Amino acid sequence: MKIHEYQAKHILATYGVPVPQGEAVFAAADARAVAERLGGGTVVVKAQIHAGGRGKGGGVKLASNPGDADTLANQIYGMTLVTHQTGPEGRTVSRLLIEQGLPIARELYLGIVIDRAAGRPVIMASQDGGMEIEAVAEKTPERIFKEYVNPATGLIPFQTRKLAFALGLEGDQIGRFGKMVTSLYNAFLGTDASLLEINPLIVTKTGDLFALDAKMTFDDSALGRHPELKELRDLEEEDPLEVEASKFSLNYIRLEGTIGCMVNGAGLAMATMDIIKLAGGSPANFLDVGGGANKEQIRNAFKILMSDKNVRAVLINIFGGILRCDILAAGVIAAVQELGVRVPIVIRMEGTNVEEGKRLLAESGLNFATANSMGEAARQVVDLAG
Amino acid sequence: MAILLDKSTRLIVQGLTGKEGTFHAKQAAAYGTTVVGGVTPGKGGTTHEGWPVFNTVAEAVKATGANTSVIFVPAAFGADAVMEAADAELRLVVCITEGIPTLDMMRAFTYLKDTPTRVIGPNCPGAISPGKAKAGIIPGHICREGRIGIVSKSGTLTYEAIHQLTQLGMGQSSCVGIGGDPLIGTSFVDVLTLFADDPETDAVVMIGEIGGTAEEEAAHYIQKSFRKPVVGFIAGQTAPPGRRMGHAGAIIAGGKGTAAEKMAALTAAGVTVVKSPADIGTAVKSLL
Repeated sequence: MKIHEYQAKHILATYGVPVPQGEAVFAAADARAVAERLGGGTVVVKAQIHAGGRGKGGGVKLASNPGDADTLANQIYGMTLVTHQTGPEGRTVSRLLIEQGLPIARELYLGIVIDRAAGRPVIMASQDGGMEIEAVAEKTPERIFKEYVNPATGLIPFQTRKLAFALGLEGDQIGRFGKMVTSLYNAFLGTDASLLEINPLIVTKTGDLFALDAKMTFDDSALGRHPELKELRDLEEEDPLEVEASKFSLNYIRLEGTIGCMVNGAGLAMATMDIIKLAGGSPANFLDVGGGANKEQIRNAFKILMSDKNVRAVLINIFGGILRCDILAAGVIAAVQELGVRVPIVIRMEGTNVEEGKRLLAESGLNFATANSMGEAARQVVDLAG
Repeated sequence: MAILLDKSTRLIVQGLTGKEGTFHAKQAAAYGTTVVGGVTPGKGGTTHEGWPVFNTVAEAVKATGANTSVIFVPAAFGADAVMEAADAELRLVVCITEGIPTLDMMRAFTYLKDTPTRVIGPNCPGAISPGKAKAGIIPGHICREGRIGIVSKSGTLTYEAIHQLTQLGMGQSSCVGIGGDPLIGTSFVDVLTLFADDPETDAVVMIGEIGGTAEEEAAHYIQKSFRKPVVGFIAGQTAPPGRRMGHAGAIIAGGKGTAAEKMAALTAAGVTVVKSPADIGTAVKSLL
């Protein structure tokens, strides 16, 4: 789960990470008052959306006084912000962060993720703050310094010193950096984060360190033990159909194509998308109904698929292991009758009780196309989608 | 022979008394696996479906001589269950549980470093050696004894591959679902290493998916030291970047972990990479 910058900074502050003073506003009209409370000097007006590249897209502006802040807030609030991460349709800005402006001497990068190959957290730091770290990793990997943390010992002070010296920090900055990285690491563990990124981490002209930006993503599997983090979910940042699907515990991701897919298992669901593409069509979604899908779940899945107006045909690809094909067939028949589904449906099923399932489909009087293999199913559904 | 599971397997089920545990214990026993008991804390001393239930894994091992466990406990207790099984020195632990927090598994794998235990999973369908034994949820009736090994991150896509092979008359030596989580106990390379030494395996099907670098590491290993034919498929060729495709580990992050990179690495290592999941079976047939 992703959260906004202002929410991440609020969490980090509770762990002792220095962040600029600021407040989030949900209406442009509130920006001036915040700028005044921050002392009436320079503030930064920052669009809050779940995507990077906000500055380049015109969503981050410097205001020299509260009047200026009011003007800029009115410009940015409500705008459709397009960045390299939003896609061409962009995102509507409906939250702003108004923050004190700080005199920047240096911009650094700091990130924490779980390294999958090493099986432990890795802290990455670079002098190239403010840039996209992927680009740095691609072009100048030697400019990224890494420290792997042993889960048994936790972060050890020498590790933060190594990073501090590699970043060219000096004097009091070394100690401040050590404290800050330790706080960030504690925040990472304490929130079950999967990503924590400070870009940039700044050194001010007076030698102080601040998290000028903050990005946090949490492990969805751990949200159960963090009810306070769950509250931070912003449904406006998500596709409405995906929000709806999540209520039914359906793994659904909306795509651009015209062929709706209903599959059991994530790997088979991805493979089904792939084979549709190979057959010359394009998938409208990823949908994993899970191993224990029942009649109700299949009906919910159909509802979601049918709400996508781009869908011109549906491919159901089920490999029945635990899920029996006859149960699936009964569920599909009931859902189609009940919901009055009009688009053509191709069903490919295999596995437990497949003969009984096929008999039910054939005797239903409904217009299903059945296929005996994934390849055949993909060709049929692409034809039907036109 | 086969790998990981055979007639010497003595299986206990952690979470035996739950719905999933009960169902799959019966399935495993019906397939011919020696299921010797189960563990459910607080229900020790009772019997369930004819099997003795123990409070701890250590007690179960002592009483039954179990050497393998399969885990069906809820996600919040998954890492705990894995570590308890390792503490009891089981040689193999198959963790089916989905949705265990990543940091829990990170700590569990750190704990496991000092033990002789191998973990498969979590969030996996488990393993089966057709005609011998199974630990997990792979349906036995789609398999057939034979000489092809399968290693895969996916569940139902593995069944698909098994089915294609069986339809074409090619049986399987062992099929191992290693799981789709970011941190897993047994990698592609680990399973390939076992297949390399297994005289009953002639060729291998490897099914990967987007996310991480495990497929690239496998490609490196295959090029260097694996001498049996391999057919590969990577799921997620059409997956959008930055989105988690069902499995916690199936995500293209920062432009890395794409299907194209993995397919290129495997092809360069001499693997026969099929673009279509429908072509797995025929590709194996053409190699033999």
